[in-house]
Amino acid sequence: MAKERVSKIFKQGILNENPVLVQILGICSALAVTNLMMNSLIMGLALTFVTGISSFTISVIRQFTPKHVRMIIQVLIIAAYVIIVDIFLKAYMPEMSKALGPYVGLIITNCIIMGRAEAYAQVNPPIPSLWDGIAAGLGYTFVLLAIAFVRELMGFGTIFGMPVLGEWWTPWTIMVMPPAAFFLLAILIWVLNSKREGEVTK
Amino acid sequence: MLEISPFVIFIASIFTNNMILSNFLGMCSFIAVSKEIPTSFGLGQAVTVVLAITSVINYLLYEYVLIPLGLEYLRFIVFIVSIAATVQLLEMILERYLPNLYYALGIFLPLITVNCAILGVSLFMIIREYTLIQSIAFSIGSGLGWTLAIVALAGIRKKLENAPIPKGLQGPGITLIITGLMAMAFIGFSGIVQIQ
Repeated sequence: MAKERVSKIFKQGILNENPVLVQILGICSALAVTNLMMNSLIMGLALTFVTGISSFTISVIRQFTPKHVRMIIQVLIIAAYVIIVDIFLKAYMPEMSKALGPYVGLIITNCIIMGRAEAYAQVNPPIPSLWDGIAAGLGYTFVLLAIAFVRELMGFGTIFGMPVLGEWWTPWTIMVMPPAAFFLLAILIWVLNSKREGEVTK
Repeated sequence: MLEISPFVIFIASIFTNNMILSNFLGMCSFIAVSKEIPTSFGLGQAVTVVLAITSVINYLLYEYVLIPLGLEYLRFIVFIVSIAATVQLLEMILERYLPNLYYALGIFLPLITVNCAILGVSLFMIIREYTLIQSIAFSIGSGLGWTLAIVALAGIRKKLENAPIPKGLQGPGITLIITGLMAMAFIGFSGIVQIQ
């Protein structure tokens, strides 16, 4: 497979067609787990794994799946991989599994995965589908980390749990609470939209 | 968790632990559908009904089938299939007996399957170890809370139609900011009752 094609898929997934910021998909979990960077990183990696590998699987069996039952098959494939992630987290990171709570299970209904499956994996061969899924997952992870960076820094004065702002910093409680997540995501979308518009008018 | 009265859970899940405003569940359709008050209200009703039915079914399945068989880890698959089946069944029943409501809800019924609020409620009730009565109170309360939030948002968006919104913020951007403000307002309720 040509190198530039892979890099094009990644650029699309992470920047131009970022699933969270541009297509406004999968924001439920994007908002919920972003009060700590560690949670966001694990969540992002879990989603990247599920998106990539389920895109791959769906693409492998795309010629054998009857059209009218494909949705339920996709959901079952996704659910199977989410169960793997859930068991893995429970076994190796029980603390993290507790912190993420139901949001690991909610990866199943995360529209990003279904979106990639429908838009890309359904019509493309397995290997590019795998890359496409990973790219979309990474795009999601970056947005999560960006929001979590601001929320954790201002809410707790820490990054990945390490204190960076020192004693003088008064934590902004609002940053840890839900409203801040909405505001930060809106600001990110605003910045990106303005930047894209600038590019179009040039 | 046994000591919390179902009524407290019911009130808390409407106001202080609102599905959208504090748990961020069901955001996708929340942002896409909240343009008109009547459609938002219809969707809210449908979500509430499906929530009430699926939480009971999922509770019984989990307690009496999955736990005795030691298959708890299969809950994601079982829940999502039972939700999809319930929605499908509800669609057929409504079409046969209440055609008016069926046509009013239209496309929203099938979309409920992928509404994360439904799966989220089922997962929350398992994690918080609610009893059956508590689960029913929790699911109906969550549905009503969801309806309240989406109808309020639709009302605010209607007023905003003529407002001069910065270009990059139009659409999803401003909706998120309104939701953020609503979430802040709902924090004011947090003195009433608190669950987790």
